Amino acid sequence: MPEVTLVEATRLAVAQEMRRDPRVWVLGEDVARGGLFGQYRGFPEEFGEARAVSTPISESTIMGAGLGAALVGTRPVIEMRIFDFTLCAMDELANQIAKIRYMTGGQARPALVVRMPHGMWRSSAAQHSQSLEAWFVHLPGVVAVAPATPADAAGLLVAAIRSDDPVLVFEAKDLWQSVGPVPERIEPLPFGVARRVREGGDLTLVCWSALVPAADRAAAALAERGIGVDLLDLRSLWPWDEEAVCASVSRTGRLLVAQEAVTAAGFGAEVAARVVERLGPGNVRAVRRLGFPRVPVPFAPPLEAELRVTPERIVQTAEAMVRG
Amino acid sequence: MSDAKAAGNSARLLDLHRLMRRIRAFEEAAVAAHGTGEIPGPLHVSIGQEAVAAGVCLNLRRDDRITSTHRGHGHALAKGAGVAGMMAELHGRAGGHCGGKGGSMHIADFGAGMLGANGVVAGGIPIAVGAAQGLRLLGSDAVVACFFGDGAVNRGPFLEGLNWAALYRLPVLFVCEDNGVAAFTRTESTTAGPGIAARAEALGVPAETVDGNYAAAVDAAAARLLAAVRGGAGPRLLHARTTRLSGHTSTDAAAWRSTEEVAALQARDPIATLEAALLRQGASAEALAVVHAEAEAEMRDAREAARAAPWPDPASAWADVQDTGAAGRAA
Repeated sequence: MPEVTLVEATRLAVAQEMRRDPRVWVLGEDVARGGLFGQYRGFPEEFGEARAVSTPISESTIMGAGLGAALVGTRPVIEMRIFDFTLCAMDELANQIAKIRYMTGGQARPALVVRMPHGMWRSSAAQHSQSLEAWFVHLPGVVAVAPATPADAAGLLVAAIRSDDPVLVFEAKDLWQSVGPVPERIEPLPFGVARRVREGGDLTLVCWSALVPAADRAAAALAERGIGVDLLDLRSLWPWDEEAVCASVSRTGRLLVAQEAVTAAGFGAEVAARVVERLGPGNVRAVRRLGFPRVPVPFAPPLEAELRVTPERIVQTAEAMVRG
Repeated sequence: MSDAKAAGNSARLLDLHRLMRRIRAFEEAAVAAHGTGEIPGPLHVSIGQEAVAAGVCLNLRRDDRITSTHRGHGHALAKGAGVAGMMAELHGRAGGHCGGKGGSMHIADFGAGMLGANGVVAGGIPIAVGAAQGLRLLGSDAVVACFFGDGAVNRGPFLEGLNWAALYRLPVLFVCEDNGVAAFTRTESTTAGPGIAARAEALGVPAETVDGNYAAAVDAAAARLLAAVRGGAGPRLLHARTTRLSGHTSTDAAAWRSTEEVAALQARDPIATLEAALLRQGASAEALAVVHAEAEAEMRDAREAARAAPWPDPASAWADVQDTGAAGRAA
C-alpha cells in the first residue's frame, strides 16, 4: 500500500470519486489553482474548470450555491478554505442546508460535502485556528466527521461524497503532512465507527482529529509508566461510536476525553455525559475532559503552548485519574 | 406602458387574469383560515403583488426552477405547485407538500420546479445561482427564476449572488419584487444609492424596471429577459415596482400607513387594473366574474379539504432529518 500524506490522500479520494461520478464537482476559492493546500492539484487539468471551480471570496454563495446545485441533482464538494470562514456562511449551512430536507418533508436531498480545514496550525491566531465542531454536532440534519489519518480521511471523504446526507468534514490542518498508507482503490469508511489506536485496561482515552497523534504519544508514555490506555479515535462526531466508547469505559472504569476545542460545552462534554448516562455514575470511577480554556487562540508560539492540550498534560491528567 | 398596449393578445391576458385571481383567492382563503386559527404560525401574503408572480412564471417551463421568499404562495401557485398540497401544508395537515414540517414559509413543490419559499430574506439567492450552475453541469437548458424582495438587496447574498451569476454567465432571472416596504420599514429609509436596477447593472447584470402591477408589462419584460437568459446571455434582473396591500404578516394591520396611502395603493390593485384593460378590450364583465367565482370555489374547496384532512402522524416528526445518525423515537 503506498504511503502518502494526508492532504494527498484527500486529493486521491476526491479525484477517484470525480472519475467515478460525473455529477461530483468542487467549488471554492483557488480550487482551479489546486486549492490552498494542494488538495485539488491537477483537478482543472483532469476535470476541467467547470468541475473544479475557482470562486469569488463569497462564502455565503459558495455554501448556498453548493446547496442549489445539489437540489438539481449534482453532488458538490464545497471547499471552505479555512474552517473559520464557514462562519461567513452560517445561514446557508445552518438555516438552509441542514434543514431543507426536513422543511420540505423529504423532497430535498442535499447530497453535498463541506470541507473545512480546521484547528491550530503554524501560529495562525484567533481567526484561523478554531475548532468549533461542537456547534455542528448540535445541528440536526448533518453528518460530521473529523479524521486523523490519511486512510481515514480518504475513506470518510469517499463515504461523504457517496452519502445523500450533507456531510461536514473537519480536516486538521496540522495533520495535512502526516504520512500513512492509503489503498490504491479507496473504499468508503462507514460513519460512526471509532478506531482503536491502542488497547489498554486502566483508562479510556477518547480523542479525534489533531489530538490523535498527541494522545497516542501520551498513551505510549503512560504505558512506560505501567498505565494501560485504551485509546479510541472517534473519526466521526455525528454519528459517533457510543457503543465502542461505552464498552471500553465499562472495562476501564475511567474516561478521559481530550480535544483541541474549548472544553466548555465542547463535544467532549457530550461524550462524557452520554457515557455516564448509559453506564450509570456508579460504574464510572473517574471522568475528565481536557481541552482549550475559554480563551481565543493566541498568535505567539509560547502563548499557544501555554493554553493547548499537549501529550504532557494528557499524561499528567491520566496519571492523576488512575493513581489519584 | 398600459396593459392594452403591452398585450400581444387577449388570450394571454385572460391566462394572466385567471392565474392572478387564483393566487388572490388562495391567499384570501388562507387569511380567513388564519383568522379562525385553523392556519397556525406566521402567514405572509402577497395580495397586491400577483402580477409579478403570474407575469414571470407564465414564461417558465415546467422543468425551469424557481426560488422564492417568505411571501411565496403566489410564486408557488404560478409555477404550478399543487393547490391542495399547498393549502394542506399551510394548515399543517397530512397531505401537505412538506408533510406539515414546513408551513407557509417553507412551501416547496420540487415536482413543479419550486425549490422552496424561504424564511430568511435573500436566502434563495445563493441557492438559485447554484441551481443554475448545477443545471448547466448536467447539460440541461432549463433556467432559474429567483424571486426576492426589496429588503433583500441590502443583504450580502444579493451582491455575492449577482456577481457570481454574472461571472459564470448563469441562466438566472433575478426578480426583485419591490413593494417599497421591508417588513415594517419603508425601503427608501434603509436603502442608499441610485436603486436596485443600478446595483444590478453595477454587478454586470442588465436590469429592467417595470410597473409590477401591470401584468402584461411584467409578462412582456419577463419574456424579453428570459429569452436573453435562455439564449446564453447570462443573468438578467427584473425590477418590478409593486404594492403590498396587506401588512407584513396577516396579523399586521399596517396601521402606520395613512388612509390616503392605502387608498392610493388600492387604486393600483393589479387585478382591478387588468380587469379594466380586459373590459376595454371587449371582455365581458360576466366572463371575468365567472373566473373570479371559479377561483374562489377552487380555493374554498381546497380550504375545506385541508380543514377535513387529518393531522400528520406524530411519528412523522422523526422522519426526513438525515439517513445516517438520525435521532430515534424513544420507546
